[in-house]
Order: sequence, then structure tokens, then C-alpha cells
Amino acid sequence: MVHIGVTVDGVLRHGDVEPRRLLVHWLREDLGLVGTTIGCDTSNCGACTVLIDGRSAKSCSVLAVQVDGAEVTTIQGLAGEGEWHPVQKAFKECHGLQCGFCTPGMVMASVDLLSENPDPTEHEIRCGLEGNLCRCTGYHNIVKAVATAAAEMRGEGA
Amino acid sequence: MTATDERTDGPAIGRPMRRKEDARLLTGRTNWTDNIQLPGTLWMATVRSPVAHARITAIDTSAALAAEGVVHVYTGADFPDLAGSTCVWPVTDDIQTAVMPAICKDVVKFAGDVVAIVLATEKYLAADAASMVDVDYDPLPAVVDMELALAEGSTIVHPEFGTNRTYTAKMPCGDYEAVRAKADRVVKRRFINQRLIPNTMEPRAVVAAPAVGMSDEITIWTSSQIPHVLRVLLALVTGIPENNLRVVAPDVGGGFGAKLQINREEVLAVVLAQKTGRPIKWVEARSEHFVSTHHGRDQIQDIELAVTNDGTILGMKVELLADMGAYLQIITPGTPLLGMFMYSGIYKMEALDFTCTGVYTNKTPTDAYRGAGRPEATYAIERIVDEAAAELGIEPLELRKKNWIKHEEFPYTQIAGLTYDTGNYEAATARALELFGYDELRAEQKARRDAGDTVQLGIGISTFTEMCGLAPSRTLGALNYVAGGWEHCTIRALPTGKIELITGTSPHGQGHETAWSQIASDIIGVPVEDIEVVHSDTGRAPYGMDTYGSRSLAVGGQAIKVAGERLVEKARLIAAHQLEVSPDDIEFSQGTFAVKGDAEKSLTLQALAFEAFRAHNLPDGLEPTLAGESTVDPIDFSYPHGTHLAAMEVDTETGQVTLRKYVAVDDCGVQINPMIVDGQVHGGLAQGIAQALYEGALYDSEGQLLTGSMGDYLLPSAADLPSFITDQTVTPSTTHPLGTKGIGEAGAIASTPAIINGVVDAIRHLGVNDVFMPASPQNVWRAIQNAKGGQA
Repeated sequence: MVHIGVTVDGVLRHGDVEPRRLLVHWLREDLGLVGTTIGCDTSNCGACTVLIDGRSAKSCSVLAVQVDGAEVTTIQGLAGEGEWHPVQKAFKECHGLQCGFCTPGMVMASVDLLSENPDPTEHEIRCGLEGNLCRCTGYHNIVKAVATAAAEMRGEGA
Repeated sequence: MTATDERTDGPAIGRPMRRKEDARLLTGRTNWTDNIQLPGTLWMATVRSPVAHARITAIDTSAALAAEGVVHVYTGADFPDLAGSTCVWPVTDDIQTAVMPAICKDVVKFAGDVVAIVLATEKYLAADAASMVDVDYDPLPAVVDMELALAEGSTIVHPEFGTNRTYTAKMPCGDYEAVRAKADRVVKRRFINQRLIPNTMEPRAVVAAPAVGMSDEITIWTSSQIPHVLRVLLALVTGIPENNLRVVAPDVGGGFGAKLQINREEVLAVVLAQKTGRPIKWVEARSEHFVSTHHGRDQIQDIELAVTNDGTILGMKVELLADMGAYLQIITPGTPLLGMFMYSGIYKMEALDFTCTGVYTNKTPTDAYRGAGRPEATYAIERIVDEAAAELGIEPLELRKKNWIKHEEFPYTQIAGLTYDTGNYEAATARALELFGYDELRAEQKARRDAGDTVQLGIGISTFTEMCGLAPSRTLGALNYVAGGWEHCTIRALPTGKIELITGTSPHGQGHETAWSQIASDIIGVPVEDIEVVHSDTGRAPYGMDTYGSRSLAVGGQAIKVAGERLVEKARLIAAHQLEVSPDDIEFSQGTFAVKGDAEKSLTLQALAFEAFRAHNLPDGLEPTLAGESTVDPIDFSYPHGTHLAAMEVDTETGQVTLRKYVAVDDCGVQINPMIVDGQVHGGLAQGIAQALYEGALYDSEGQLLTGSMGDYLLPSAADLPSFITDQTVTPSTTHPLGTKGIGEAGAIASTPAIINGVVDAIRHLGVNDVFMPASPQNVWRAIQNAKGGQA
């Protein structure tokens, strides 16, 4: 067991973990942060995407021990209690989700995308979300949601 | 859209209301089955066969049993008679039904078949121990190819049947031989509808909690589309009394037919929860999903279209081979037959000769996948019509117009005996052509062809219809289906005036909580936000037939309307009594019951709910409480239709295909929530386009799945698809009291032939008249080379 200390959604959490334990399992099963989902076992689907020190990462491809000392943000800590991040709002407004299983990862990946590129083209949004799979929406409204959130965050919202 | 969304007066039906579901889904306050963690849970891990067909000669479980955290290891010998699934649709009287065992005992029949299971205290420990179970296999030849499976001397998947033929179903309509004899031309093609792997984003998962305390009830949370049907089937398969089973489908992350099933992992979880007295939890890994969740499609279609030189379609012959895989699951044999009635599509013809033969192979069982039978039928008719147009030298759209059912001809009884209630193919097509810029693109196509461009342009057309609203129960009975097709709704006005709408449908992304509230809001006059939709829990919503086949609104929507009207009628009696007038003198509008001509004298539905609860002052003989309930058996199917157009660019040197523009004009009748309708179309398009361009399960000759991960099986990402242009025409259904049809599958049904027609159209001048799906660069390049007569 390895002792780790990680700030998760703004709260310092300590734990003793097996070196092989995946970050996503530590979050879900040890910390009970089940908002982050698991959609595959090959790092393809992106459902488990979280922010590590502000950058998106697939939490199934990171060992819990690797984030010792880092800051991890999940969908549950993206906005303050009762508040929504502009990306969350835009996903609702644009119907960017149906079953919602890919949504936590899709939202977190979009947040990172917009922090890097505040004014992406449709092509840049599509390529930026290439690592996150959705089976319900055909991506049409996800792309629209990200563009809408980008405009809102640039202060150009309707 | 925003403007209408903000509207608070007028009907809720027809508004693009933002979804109630989204708040929890966007903030992570979800209840996926994998989130349920009960004290004392034992994790179940499966040991699966790595080979497609083999005799099990020995299983050594000692190392696994000795491993940390392991409580039990079970093999087939522990449950020799326990089935892992069941088939509710024995389609013919002489069908040979092979039932999947819960755990294989002697022989494994597909790579992924379960040979042992481990129960351990933690997820990782269960997986560790599963890898320690040592199984000896004596390999048998694998049956992989359907035609070889039916050939003399083939290995037999189930030797007790003496054949790999599961069944042969025939439906001769009209006299095909006679129309064939008078045809000028018979257009023949063989189409391959390849095997697909559904890949819901949420893998399957189940938690079964044993009876505790004073209750004998076992609770099963499962990622399922069919909690109600599953409860019945689990009782039948396990022998546990049905009244001791409660099935809950909590938040479910996509279904697409893949979760319309009774699975061995569910059966085992229930049986083991009862046996061990501890909660049992199993969560499918994606790598397991690829081999163990049922697959879709997988048909060889031999199609003939008999036509005259002037382009009149006389008749059609359909001969299918349908791959069942190794066992029959819930509706494995019936899935190809769900398309049986749809092969004539929107066209008039004198004869349709349909035959389907189901075939066992050593592969994962097939079953329903988005569209289930109808995408295959639509693919066949829309592809063969294009081929006929090419052979006859008639513009493909003109050939369609010449043969389709005209607007004024509805209701129209088509060759397979279905009566299409309404439709307007002219209107949908006109709108699609306008949005697409058809004439301009045809001109561009000609210019590129004349110039001999490397990248050629093709236009793909799909003018489709489908049947949804499964189904009138008597129709299902006539088809040998075990269950009925009704749907239930109860609407309860609670004492505080809030509304509980209990539905038998079971959503997993379709937004029923929002759309059902919109319907009920209009009928009982209560704001959408005061209506709570209860679903997917047999303990709280006891009656239901669940969600599949675009049936939820088509059937369940009818029950909402009737239940709401019954609630209003009961409330009217209370209002009349308390306002001291006859019920006929009460006017009901927007949630208020007022005396005709004296609007001051009125009571709200909320007030009446409290009156019904306290029952101090009810009419004589009227029972307390205020609710309306209804179980509706639909009188007929409904028939959504539409026109889809695809502009496809094909690089003739590399075979690379690019989808440049896609227009979908759908007619699903009256729309409850146009935003959700659009979303359903988008998702269906993505899956249908993916079948045409990207996806396909491949096996080697040993029965090994070669596309067993998301790295090998191409699920499209955002970068692989364009934005779509969608619109709707509205031709209300007359078989549905709200005028609605279904929309969940239309996109997947229509788009696959549109894409392939477009690809073929782009390279037909090179001599190509078909391209195997998926139309990958390799498959397209090969089709071009074959047409050139070169080595491919």
C-alpha cells in the first residue's frame, strides 16, 4: 500500500492504495465519487475524464499513486454547490446529452478544450473531443453545446 | 427555440422543453447500477472461454479458491440445469431452440461463453481469482460462416438437432412467380448486412440484493431496457416466485436493443444472492461487452426486384440467411422477422415472396439492435430500387416517385398486409430536396465526372418508412410471440396537489420524464414541473412492457392520455358535487373545473386532490383518492417515414469516402418535444451511418472476434461525423389518439442505405454496383478494382 494525499474537488483526501489501483476506481469506490463513469477498459471512450491540475485526463489511464499531491476535479466539483459551469448549462440548453453516461467525461474534456482554445471552430471542437465517445447524440448537439459555452465564456452569450 | 421554450401559456405538447433529466446527469448525481454499493457485497467475475468451440475436459478452481478475498468459485457442475437466458419468440412450430446455459458444463459454443464464476469481496480480487481458474479445452471445429454451416458435412453447433438450420420462416404475399414471368427485367443483388456490436456507453451491470428482514423480496438493479419483462423471465428461469422479485432499472446509459435481454449474469446474480444471502454485483468490462452482450444485424440478403422497362415495380423476392450465433436469446430468431413486413418499403407491388432461414454458428448470439429487422429490410429495398434505376436508366428519384404510395391513396394496405394509416412522401421528399440542393449537386456530380476528377461525387437517396408501436397484442400472438404489446399508465393526484405519473415504459436516454410530463400537463392542466414521472421499478410501477422498437410514445403515450382523461373525469364528479351542479355543467380548462357560465365558482385539480384525499365531502358511492389509470392495447402500428439524402465524396484512387452533407426530413406525426425528436434523429443517423462507413464485427475462421475492443471496432467519434441538416414534416397518425408515431429508430433505419447508395452512385461509372459495408477505404478500393477486372 502506498499513502497518497490528493485534493479532490477542493477537499484534501488521504488514502492507502495498492500501487496498481486506477485513479477512477479510487475516486468511485474509495471516495464514493460516483459521478465519474467508466465506459471501457482500453482508454478509448473518455467517459472517465477528469481534470488533473486543470488538464483533462482519462482517470482509467492514471494510477491513483500518480496523482499524489495533485489537484483532481471531477464533474461533481466542477462548479460550486447549486451552481453550474457554462459548459454544463450549454449541454442542457443545446440537448447535448441523452442517456448521460458519457456526459461527465464529455463535459470535462470540453472544459479543458475551451481553456486551451476559447474560440474553437466546429472542426476544432470535433477534433478536440475525438477521445470521448458518445453513442446517443451523434455529437451534433454536443458540438453545438461547446460552441455555445465558448461564446458564453467569451462574454458573447445571448 | 428559446422563445417558445419560455412560453408558459398554451399547450406543453410541441414545445422544445429542456429536459428534467439533465440536472442529475450533468452534475454527476446519477444512480448508475455500478454506483450501488451495498454492505457485504460480493463481486462476481466471469471466466470466459477464449475459444469458439471446445469440449471442457477439466476445470481446476483450487488456486482461485485459495486466493485472497475469494468466497466461492462456481462451475457448470454447480448449476447443471440453470438456463442463462430464454427465448420468448419461437417463430415457427418446428424451430430448434438452443438455450444458453447459465454456466457451460461440457462444451463451450462461442468465444466469450461462461465456464466459471468467482465471488470475492473486492472487484480487483474477483478479477485476480478469475484469471487463476485453470480450464482445459479440447478444441472442436468452429462454425463461423452461415453458408458453410448449412453445407453438407459441416460441424454442427448443437448436435442434438442434426443441423445448423434453426428455422425457416416463409411469408408469400401475392404470386411472385407470376409477376416475375411478366417482368421485363429481374434485378438481382446479394447484400450483406454485417454484424454489429451495440456498444452502449454504459456497459451492462447488475446488483442483486437478497431478501432481508421481514421481506422475502430479492431486489435486482440492472442496466436494462425491460425491468418488467425481465421480472417475469427471471421468475420463470430461476423458479423464484415472481412476487419475491423486484427489478429496478436505475439510470441506464443507453440501450439500443442491447439491453432488451435476459442475461446469464442477471440470472446468476439473482440465484447467488439467494444462495449466499449477500448482495452480488457484476459490472461488465468493455472487453466483455464485445463478446458477451448480444450483437446485431448479420444477414445475407438475396434480393430480386421484378420490374417493367417503364419502371413499374411488380414484385420482390427476399431470401435471407440470418446468423443466430450460438444460442437463442430473448428474440434472437424473431429479430430478422421484425423486418418481414417492411421489405416493400413505401412502394406498391403485386407480390412479395419472403423467406428467412436462421442459422446457428459458434459466435456471440445476435438479437435486437436499433431498428431490429427494419434497417435490414429498408437497406434491401432502398438499395435494390437504386440498382433497378441504374439498370433501367431511370433517375432513382423518379423511379421512387413512380412507385411510391401517393398521398391521396392513404390509408393504403400494402402487399404484406399492413395498412399504412397516413403518409406524405411527396412533402417529405420536396422538403429534403430543397434543403439538400439536389439539382446543384447533380450538376456538380456531372461536372466532376466529365472532368474525370479523382474525387467523385455521389448522391444517396433513402425514402423509407418503418413500423413502430409494438404492438397490437393479437398481432403478436399471431406471430407466435409469447407476450402482449400493451402499455400502462397511472396518474395520481397526491393530497398536496403534486402529480405522480407512473409509466410502464423504461427510458434510457429518450427523455420520457420530460415528454411524458408534457403530455400529462396538457391533459390534466397541471404545470410540467409539478409532475413527477415514475418508471423502471417493478415495485413502484408494477405494470409495463418497457421500451424498445420505438414503442414508448407510440403505445405508452396513448395510456398517458387515457389515464389523464380518467383522472379528470373523476375530479369532475367531485367538483360538480361540491359546486352543487351536474357534472355536465362543469367546464374543465387548464387545471380548473368551473361552473359553465359562472367562472367564479370553480375548483382547481389540486384542491380536488385534497378533497379526494380527506373524503369529507364526496358524492355518494364515489371512492376516495384521485387517480386515473389505463392499460392500452394499440389498435395498429404507426408508420413514420421520411426522405434522407447524402452527398458522398469518394476518392477513386484510395477508396476514401467522405460524407459531405446529410439531410434528413422525417415525419413522425405530431411531435411532443421537437428538441428530443431532433436528438433522436441525430443519434440514429450516427449509428446508421456508422454501419455504412465504420463498424463491422469480424471473425477469423476459428471463430475469434478480431474486432474485440474500441481500438479495433471503429465507433465514430465527433471527428468522424458532420453536423446534420434535419427537419420534419407532420402527417398525424390516425392510429394514435395524439397523432404521434415513433422516432427512436428512424435515423438508424434510413441512413445506412442513403450512405451506400451515395457511395455506389459516386463510382457507378467505374462499373461498381455494390460496396461491402463498412465502406472503408479498403472495401471501396477493392470494389473499384474488382469492377476494373484488376487484382484486388
